[in-house]
Amino acid sequence: MTDLKASVKGKTYLPVHTENGPAPVKRKLRAIRLDDVFDIVGSIASSLSLTYLLFGWLTGLQSTVGFVVVNFVLFLISYAAITALKNPREEIKDRVITVLLGSAGVILMSALLFVVVYTLGRGQLALGHLNFFTTSMEQAGPLQPLSVGGIVHAIVGTLIQITIALAVTIPLGITTAVFLNEIGGKFARFVRTIADAMTALPSIVAGLFVLSAFIRTGLVPRSGFAASLAITVMMLPIVIRASDVVLRLVANNLREASLALGATKWRTVWHIVLPTARSGLVTAVILGTARGIGETSPVLLTSGISAVMNFNPFAGPMISLPLQVFDFVKSPEPTMIARGFGTAATLLVLVLILFVLARTFGGKAPGNLSKGAQRAANRQSLADEQRIENLMAVRLASKKTQRRNIKE
Amino acid sequence: MAKATQKTYLRDPKTPDVDFSSRRSLIALASFSDKVFAWVARSGGVVTLGIMIAVGLFLGLRAQSAFGSQGWGFLTETAWTPENGKFGIAAVLFGTVTIAIIALCVSIPLAMGTSLLISEVLPERIRGLAISLVDLMAAVPSVIFGLWGVFFLQANIIPISLWVSQTFSWIPFLAVSDKSGNPLTDPSAFTSSAVIAGIVVGLMVVPTQTSVMREAFSQTPLGEKEGALALGSTRWGMIRAVVLPFGRGGIIGGTMLGLGRALGETIAVYMIISPIFEINPEILKSGTNSVSALIALRYGEASDTGLSALMAAGLVLFLITLVINFSASSIVSRSRSGAESN
Repeated sequence: MTDLKASVKGKTYLPVHTENGPAPVKRKLRAIRLDDVFDIVGSIASSLSLTYLLFGWLTGLQSTVGFVVVNFVLFLISYAAITALKNPREEIKDRVITVLLGSAGVILMSALLFVVVYTLGRGQLALGHLNFFTTSMEQAGPLQPLSVGGIVHAIVGTLIQITIALAVTIPLGITTAVFLNEIGGKFARFVRTIADAMTALPSIVAGLFVLSAFIRTGLVPRSGFAASLAITVMMLPIVIRASDVVLRLVANNLREASLALGATKWRTVWHIVLPTARSGLVTAVILGTARGIGETSPVLLTSGISAVMNFNPFAGPMISLPLQVFDFVKSPEPTMIARGFGTAATLLVLVLILFVLARTFGGKAPGNLSKGAQRAANRQSLADEQRIENLMAVRLASKKTQRRNIKE
Repeated sequence: MAKATQKTYLRDPKTPDVDFSSRRSLIALASFSDKVFAWVARSGGVVTLGIMIAVGLFLGLRAQSAFGSQGWGFLTETAWTPENGKFGIAAVLFGTVTIAIIALCVSIPLAMGTSLLISEVLPERIRGLAISLVDLMAAVPSVIFGLWGVFFLQANIIPISLWVSQTFSWIPFLAVSDKSGNPLTDPSAFTSSAVIAGIVVGLMVVPTQTSVMREAFSQTPLGEKEGALALGSTRWGMIRAVVLPFGRGGIIGGTMLGLGRALGETIAVYMIISPIFEINPEILKSGTNSVSALIALRYGEASDTGLSALMAAGLVLFLITLVINFSASSIVSRSRSGAESN
């Protein structure tokens, strides 16, 4: 230490990184010590054996759920006890709580995984038959085997209903969100409050509204179109709210830069705000679609159950996938229940695809582009530069001729 | 001068001598395209508002006759027989609230735990995946949760219900007894109960609550968290002293948003419960009801009076969820964690 001091006396000492010398090692702040691992393994072993003793030998308890619960409680106790050997109280609390937080996450995730796997697993029986996707239930009664009948009519119904609903929701929802953000004012705040309030509307009440305002008054028959009206009423506030949040995230200096360059408000919205928020808007619409596709009760009230293919949304009942699930599992016949699970699996896969699409297209903060989008933006901006230069050249030329004309 | 403000000088060589000493007017005249844009956007807002108000007004107007014929009795009557002119939502409202409370008991610990786990414990790499999974859970259709509840959960929960009802029969709402008060042990007395529906609905609302809570927790100022750790606190100490107080608004708001969804849930509840029109305080016992399940059950057979009665029930449900949602969002936005978002 002394010779080091002597050699660098009066200088600021910088850590030396040489190839031979020891470089300073960064300390791991959250390292797991071997002790901690042993604590956990030991507690698991002791709680498991204790529970096993309790259930098999000492008492007459028997139940899988009971086993898991007792095991978990015993694990917590023994883990706390082992920790207490070497650590202060705060540390014990910290570890027990961390275990509790972790188990909450594990329970939730396994519940989700279980619901998905259970549905897909029991759906296998029906999904194995190709006719399940190519025929309708017109010829198939409850007693027919799975090789007869299918759900193509429900798939078509779902697609038609959601298409009509989206045709209204996307333009209207995004226009409204643009209005709330870009125009603003007192009226816009009022609209935002009402739209927020409508997100509280239970979907069945939306169905009841369409039933009583359109169907019972004779304006629209019970049909796929009526169902899409109900889905629209339900989806519109969701899409508005989500797009509103996304548009609000667009940085204000982008808008100001555009306006300062002389763009009109409309050009700013069309060329700056909407492209910047595109991925978020796509996510908002896709997640809204996933909610709309999964709704059962509005379709039940407004369109009703049918077993035949119906391409016409304006006449006759048109069933959708979730409603078909609901209808199938009302029957006590095992084949119908198998069909119900098959339909549910189809619906689930559809929602999963939509969700993955939403994550691929969107999920990025405004302004963060994927590589392809970045290249496209660069190309566009090069083209813009070229265009502006050409324009300037033309302007300059015309000015010169003008000047010449004035001189002459 | 006023003329000059509307012109662009640079392009016009004919007016080179402009007096720059006086102030320019800063009022911008909207261009034609801007006028059209503003008009289109505004009319979009008006149409949306029109639809929303139409729904509210229509519900209110159609429900009026039902309210008028029953008066305050609508809230205290348990029977639902519009054909005899006697109906009320006391029983269904009681069932709705019971199911929602059970759902909250299931969902709050799960949502709090998961959101703290995601925001405080999980490393950066896994965090995104965990958030995606929670969002995915929100997108799973309710009919699929209902299916799972009916075909899997019900069979597996009956032994536990039986055990709980026998062990804790001294707690009034956990006991399961017949009309004369004798305890029931037949498994069929435990099917289709409020507890089963409540657990399923609870799982369905966890994602809503988790995302609101996580959003609030993740905005905790890093400086305050590091300050707590630097003072020697453990992670849990830091969470208790900094994160939880900071995210209180998010916790309350998220819980209430989940409550709003739990109250309005229809199809999963409808698939699980066996509807009754009396107040059943024994939550483990078969038979309960909910407003939305009532609507799904009775919409087909309803006459005009019946429809109006259903509208009234739907309106009451809507008003309750509305109040809950509004107070939730005002709590979130007034709290420290919500001041910068939304």
